Amino acid sequence: MLNLGLVIPELTLAATAILVILLDLFIKQKGWLAAVSIAGIVVAAGFTVAMWGGGLPSTLIFFNTLAVDNFALFFKLLFLVIAALIILASTDYVSKMARFQGEYYALVLLSALGMMLMAATAELISIYIALELASISLYALAGFLKDPKSTEASLKYLLLGAVASAVLLFGMALVFGFTGKTQLGEIAQAIQSLSLSGVLASPGLILGIVLMIAGFGFKIAAVPFHMWVPDVYEGAPTPITAYLSVASKAAGFAVILRVFYSAFGLPSWLSLDWGLIFAVLAAIGMTLGNVIALPQTNIKRMLGYSSIAQAGYLMVGLATVGLSPLADVVGRSGLLFFLASYALTNLGAFIAIIAISGKLDSDLISDYSGMGRRAPLLALALTLCLISLIGMPPAAGFMAKFYIFSGAVQQGLLWLVVIAVINSVISAYYYLRVVKVMWLGEPASKAKVPSSWALRLALAISCFGVLLLGIIPAYGMRLAEMAARMFGF
Amino acid sequence: MDFNYLSWIIFLPAVGAILIAFLPGLSGRVIKWIAAVFTFVSLALSIYLFTIFDRAAEVIQFEEKLSWIPAINAHYHLGVDGLSLPLVILMALLGFLVVLISWKINLRSREYFAWLLLLETSILGVFCSLDLLLFFLFWEIEVIPMYFLISIWGTGRKEYSAIKYVVYTLFGSAMMLAGILSLYFTTGSLNMVEIAQGGLAMVQSVMPAAAIFLFLLIGFAVKLPVFPLHTWLPDAHTDAPTAVSVVLAGALLKMGGYGMLRICVGIFPAVAREYAFILVILAVVNVLYGAAVTLRQTDLKRLIAYSSISHMGYVLLGIFALGQVSMVGASLQMFSHGIITGLLFAMAGLVMHNAGERDLRKLGGLARQMPIIAVVFSVAGLGALGLPTTSGFAAEFLVFVGSFTSTTVAGIQIYTILGVLGIVITAGYILWMLQRVFYGQVLEQFKKARDADILERVYMFIFVAVIMLVGIYPAILTDIIKMGVMPIVRLLGG
Repeated sequence: MLNLGLVIPELTLAATAILVILLDLFIKQKGWLAAVSIAGIVVAAGFTVAMWGGGLPSTLIFFNTLAVDNFALFFKLLFLVIAALIILASTDYVSKMARFQGEYYALVLLSALGMMLMAATAELISIYIALELASISLYALAGFLKDPKSTEASLKYLLLGAVASAVLLFGMALVFGFTGKTQLGEIAQAIQSLSLSGVLASPGLILGIVLMIAGFGFKIAAVPFHMWVPDVYEGAPTPITAYLSVASKAAGFAVILRVFYSAFGLPSWLSLDWGLIFAVLAAIGMTLGNVIALPQTNIKRMLGYSSIAQAGYLMVGLATVGLSPLADVVGRSGLLFFLASYALTNLGAFIAIIAISGKLDSDLISDYSGMGRRAPLLALALTLCLISLIGMPPAAGFMAKFYIFSGAVQQGLLWLVVIAVINSVISAYYYLRVVKVMWLGEPASKAKVPSSWALRLALAISCFGVLLLGIIPAYGMRLAEMAARMFGF
Repeated sequence: MDFNYLSWIIFLPAVGAILIAFLPGLSGRVIKWIAAVFTFVSLALSIYLFTIFDRAAEVIQFEEKLSWIPAINAHYHLGVDGLSLPLVILMALLGFLVVLISWKINLRSREYFAWLLLLETSILGVFCSLDLLLFFLFWEIEVIPMYFLISIWGTGRKEYSAIKYVVYTLFGSAMMLAGILSLYFTTGSLNMVEIAQGGLAMVQSVMPAAAIFLFLLIGFAVKLPVFPLHTWLPDAHTDAPTAVSVVLAGALLKMGGYGMLRICVGIFPAVAREYAFILVILAVVNVLYGAAVTLRQTDLKRLIAYSSISHMGYVLLGIFALGQVSMVGASLQMFSHGIITGLLFAMAGLVMHNAGERDLRKLGGLARQMPIIAVVFSVAGLGALGLPTTSGFAAEFLVFVGSFTSTTVAGIQIYTILGVLGIVITAGYILWMLQRVFYGQVLEQFKKARDADILERVYMFIFVAVIMLVGIYPAILTDIIKMGVMPIVRLLGG
C-alpha cells in the first residue's frame, strides 16, 4: 500500500535538497542555503517526533519494503540531528569555497535521506538502494576539496566502497537464492522452515551471511574492512570526516541490526554463529584500532583509528544481540544508546577540531600545543569529548559503555568485556596525549582562536548532549529501549 | 530529615569549582577565598553531621535515595555509616586544609583550584555512595583532576608520573568495572547494602564468586596500593605538588581500603575467609618491603611516599585478619594515616619551599632556622612511628591486638609478629630522617631559610590537634567505626 503520510520526513528532506539546489542558482547570499537546509531538517525532525510511539504499530508500507517503527524513527531522528549539526559546523568551511556551496548542502541532505531509508528498509534490494544513495553522496563529499589528498580519499573511498557493495550484493544474492525471498520477515520464515541438515547442506546460505557481514563491515569500519578509514578521514573535508565517522557508522549498525535480528535471528544456533563472529570482530577491531591509534600524529587520523576501535565496542552490542534470546531487549537498546552517545561525542570532538584547525591550518596534534590558553572553551569542549571517548564519567561515553557491557556480561561475554575495558585503558593513553598537549604545552602564539556562532552553537549542543547522557541518562536509555522494543521487521 | 546533608557536603566543592572555572575576571585572591569558603562550609557540615550522627546505631544514616537510571536499576543513593563517616570527615578536613596549604600557588591558579575542588567532590562521593554505579562514577571522575594536578603543577618527571598514575588507576578500575558488571548481573542489583544483606544466595553461579571478588580486589589493590601494584605511588607522590600529595596520601589511598572493607569483605565474606591468608601475606610484604625500601630513600618526599606503602600494609593486615577489633583498627589507621601523612607531606612541602632543597643528603641543621616546622614535623613523625598519645599508636595497637587475637585466619599470629617488626624499621627511618633534616651542623646555604608563617601555623595546629585528639581519646572514632564494622563481622560469622 502506498501511504505517503508515513514517509513525510523523508519527503521533506528530499524536497529540501532539491530546493537548495534550485535556490543556489538564484541566491547570491549563500548563507541562506544553510539556513534553508536546517529549516528543512527541523521540519522533518518535527514530523519524525510526531510519529514517535503514538500507538503506531510497526507498519510495513510500500509492499512491505519500508518499516515505520520506533527503531526506524529513533535512527531518523539521530541522522537528522547529526545532519543539522554537520551543516551548522560546515558554514564556516563552506563559505570559503568559491563554487558548489549549494551542492555541498544538498549532498549532505541526500546522504542523510539515504541513511534514514537505510534504517527503515526491511527488504534486501531497497536496503541496497538506500545504502548506495547514502554512499554515493558521501563519495562526492569526500572529494570536495579537490586537492590531491581529498581526491585520493574520495577515489579510495569510492573504489573500496564499490567493492564492498559488490560483496554485499553477492551475499544478498546468495541469501535470495537459498530462501527465494528478499523481504526480511519472509527470509526469516524461509530459514526457519529449513531443517538443520537442510541448512548445513547448503553452505551457500552461510556464505551469503558472511559476505553480508563483510559488506556491512565496510560501512561500520570493522576490522578487517577498515583499510579506507585513516586515509579517507585524513583527506576528506573535516565536517565530512565527522559526518562519515558518526552518521555512516550509525546507519551501518542500524541496517545490520535490522537484517540480522529480523532475518537471521532464528533459529538460535544461527544467531549464535553470527553473534560469535561479531564478538571476534569486536575483539580484533578494538585492539587493532587502539594500538594503531597510539603512534598517530595527525588528529584526524588518530580519530579515524579511534573510530575503528569504537566500532569494536559497538560490535560487542551486536554480539550480545546475537547471543541473547529474541525477546531480550538489553543488547539492542545498549547498542542504540551507545550509538547516540558516540555520535554526540565524536561530533563534538570534530567540531572543536574544525574550529581549531580552521585557525591553525594544521591537523597535527603537536600544533594543538597550549590550546588550553589560546581557546580555553574549545579546549575544554574537546577535552570533555575525548574523556567521553575513553569512557570516563561524567561524560556520555561512560554510561554508554556501562550499559552495553552490562548487556554483554549477561550473555556470558565477560571475556569480551574484559578485553574491551583493557582496551579502554590503552585508548586513554592516546586520547590523553591530545589533552596533555593542549593544557600542558606552551602556546606557539598568543593569537586567540575565533569561531563563528554557528560552530559554537553546534559545539554547545553536542557537549550539552554528552553531559546530559552522561549524568542523567535515564531518559535517553528509555528512548533507546522503546526503539529497541518497537521493532517489527 | 529534609536537609540533604550528604549531597551538600559532596557537591559544595564542585559548585565552588564551577564558579572558579567560569566566573570571569576573578583575581587570584578571590579564587582562593572562594575555594576556602566552599571547602570550609563542606567541612563544617560534615562535622555537624558527626555531632548528630547516632553513635549507637548500626544502620546507614542520612540516607538519600532517588531513582537515577531505571533501565539498569541504578539509584542516586547516598548514606554514611560508621565505616564511611570518619573518611568523609577526613576528606572534608583535608579538603579545607589543602586549600590553605595551596595558598601560595599562583601559577594558573584558576585551573588549579577548580581541579582541586573537583577532586574533593569525587573522593567524598566515593565514600558516600551506596550504589555501585554511582560509586564507580565518582571513583573514575577522580582520575582526571589528579592527572592535571600532577602534570601541570608537579615537579620532576611530572608528566610521566601523571600518566603512569592514570594508566594504573584505569587498569584497576577496568577490572573493577568487570567485577561490578558481574556482580550486577548475578544479583540484579547495584545497591551495596541490599547485596551485602541478601548475601550472594541469589547467585546463579555463572561464574564463581571468587572471580568477581578478584576483579574488584584488583581495582582496590591498585589504589591502596598492594604490592606488587604499588609502583605508581612513589612517582605520583614525589612529583605531585604538596597539596596534592596530601590529598593523595591522605584520602585517595583510603578509597582502596574502604572499598575492600565495604565491598570485598562486606559482600563476599565467604570468599574473603577463604583467601584471607594470601592477602595477609601480601600485607606483611607491604609492611616490610615498604619499610625496607623507605630506609634507602634520599629524597624527602619519596621517603614519605614509601612509608605510606608500609603503613597501608597495616590497613590490609587489619582488614583481612577479619577480626572485629582488627577491622576497627584498620579503619582507624586509615583515618590516622590520612592526618599524619598529610601533615608529613605538608611539612616536607614547607621544608622544600623554605629551604629550596629536598635531598636528605644535602639538608641539615634546619631546626635552628625553622623551629616550629621542626617540632611539628617531629610530632607527625612520632605519630607515624606510633608513639602513644598520637592517633598512630591507637590505630596500630588496635590492628596488632585485633589481628593477633583474630580466630578467622590460620597462622595469623606469626604474620602479625612479622608485621610488628615493621614498626622497628619505621622508627629507624623516621628518626633518621628527622635527624638528617633538622639536626647536626647548621649549613651555610640555609642560613636565610624562613620558619612557618601565620597561615601555615594555623593549619599545622589543626593537624596536630586532630592527631592528639584521636590519640588521647580514640573512642571518639572507634565507637562509631565499631558500629560500622559489626554487620560485616556478623556476616563473617565470627
